[in-house]
Amino acid sequence: MIKVFKMLIIKREVCGYCGACVSVCPEGALELVDAYLTVDPETCIECGICSKICPLGALEVKNAE
Amino acid sequence: MQSNYNVLIIGGGPGGAMAGKAVVDAGLSCCIIEKRPAIGAPVRCAEGVGHEISELVDLDPKWISSKINGAQLVAPDGQILELNPEMAGNEVGYVLDRKIFDRELVWKAANAGCDVFVKSRASSAIIKNGKVCGAIIETGGKTLEVHADVVIAADGVESKFARWCGIDTTVPVAEIETCVQYLMTNLDIDPGLNSFYLGREVAPEGYVWIFSKGERTANVGIGISGKMCRDGKRPKDYLDAFIAEHLPNGKIIELIVGGVSACKPLECTVADGLIIVGDAARLSDPITGGGIINAMYTGKLAGEVAAECIASGDCSKKALMKYDVAWRDSKMGRGLKRNYQVKEIFIKLKDEKLNSIVNSVNKLDMEIFDTKYLIRELVKYNPWLLKDIGTLRRLLD
Repeated sequence: MIKVFKMLIIKREVCGYCGACVSVCPEGALELVDAYLTVDPETCIECGICSKICPLGALEVKNAE
Repeated sequence: MQSNYNVLIIGGGPGGAMAGKAVVDAGLSCCIIEKRPAIGAPVRCAEGVGHEISELVDLDPKWISSKINGAQLVAPDGQILELNPEMAGNEVGYVLDRKIFDRELVWKAANAGCDVFVKSRASSAIIKNGKVCGAIIETGGKTLEVHADVVIAADGVESKFARWCGIDTTVPVAEIETCVQYLMTNLDIDPGLNSFYLGREVAPEGYVWIFSKGERTANVGIGISGKMCRDGKRPKDYLDAFIAEHLPNGKIIELIVGGVSACKPLECTVADGLIIVGDAARLSDPITGGGIINAMYTGKLAGEVAAECIASGDCSKKALMKYDVAWRDSKMGRGLKRNYQVKEIFIKLKDEKLNSIVNSVNKLDMEIFDTKYLIRELVKYNPWLLKDIGTLRRLLD
């Protein structure tokens, strides 16, 4: 069986740096640092909740290459 | 930045600023840190407040973009419910200019003796024997340890500090309102009137607002439930469709995005050495999404309680609970509880039922308007409200 690795992609040119995603992240993996958004890949469980609620559609869970 | 303060405040919004002022007014040392390079910018707010803001601060005309004399609610079928000043009560107030307002509140704290640092952020909490004792602060490429008797977390909807202290602050997906707003000009609007548009097609489990920012200018925004949000159905998609239909000649001069929690407040808003205020404590109004006044009120209260507890030498959770108990028992706390129940009813209503409610409210005698009268009359015309929803029965008691 092949295990597919997923990861959260932040589209920086789409992101409005509002922090709505940070508030819904169940793991505390996202953080709004000054005026940019970061994800801690070690903590992120790729659940896609942030991607669902983003006002602009700036987050995407993708299969890692 | 000193390595020791009586109180360290994370976040320089209205909650943090009011807390800072209250702490230094009590004669203690205090520092506000703000992660952004400027106080008040970027704006992430529709900027509307009720007139009761004047109970917390002396209003300065230069903070006010527009004075609001009335509001209108537009039902899904286009019926308009006019809320005039006599009946709209608290809903009549001001649209602020947050870029100026936030800065002036911080100035007031700074002028009273509070330290302020911008582009400085907390990267973790300092916790000793289970008590919050300060924060690790990143500023200008340096990492500092700042100790405090009490830390006040005023870090907004994207709050991390309370989580670092072991408190689960996660907002449920169905209870985040995901929002987009444009500052628009070239609009033919009444500068004294705010408008709210309801309906599944317009804004599922939310609303579109037009908040006047003065002549021909307004904040035009939308919030929808996170549950209803997905590709092609994001708040921006709904807002662009609304503007194409209702405000085709408007020009967009600013894009604002944000999240507003519509959940219950945190179960407990204090811990040993920690107080949580405003949006960070999930204290925005579940119906309107308004959070400025709640943040200011809890910020001020937090500063006062922190100062008292520091003076008495006990900053334990038990001592700081005075803050939690006080806001829950306040007009604001009771209002939040009631509005959460009302929100739970309204998000389930189908458009036809909303239309029916607006239609029956339009038949009411506005001279004797009060909440109980409103609910009683609503039930008279819409008996299904009681059948469908037991909560309304409790609100009538």
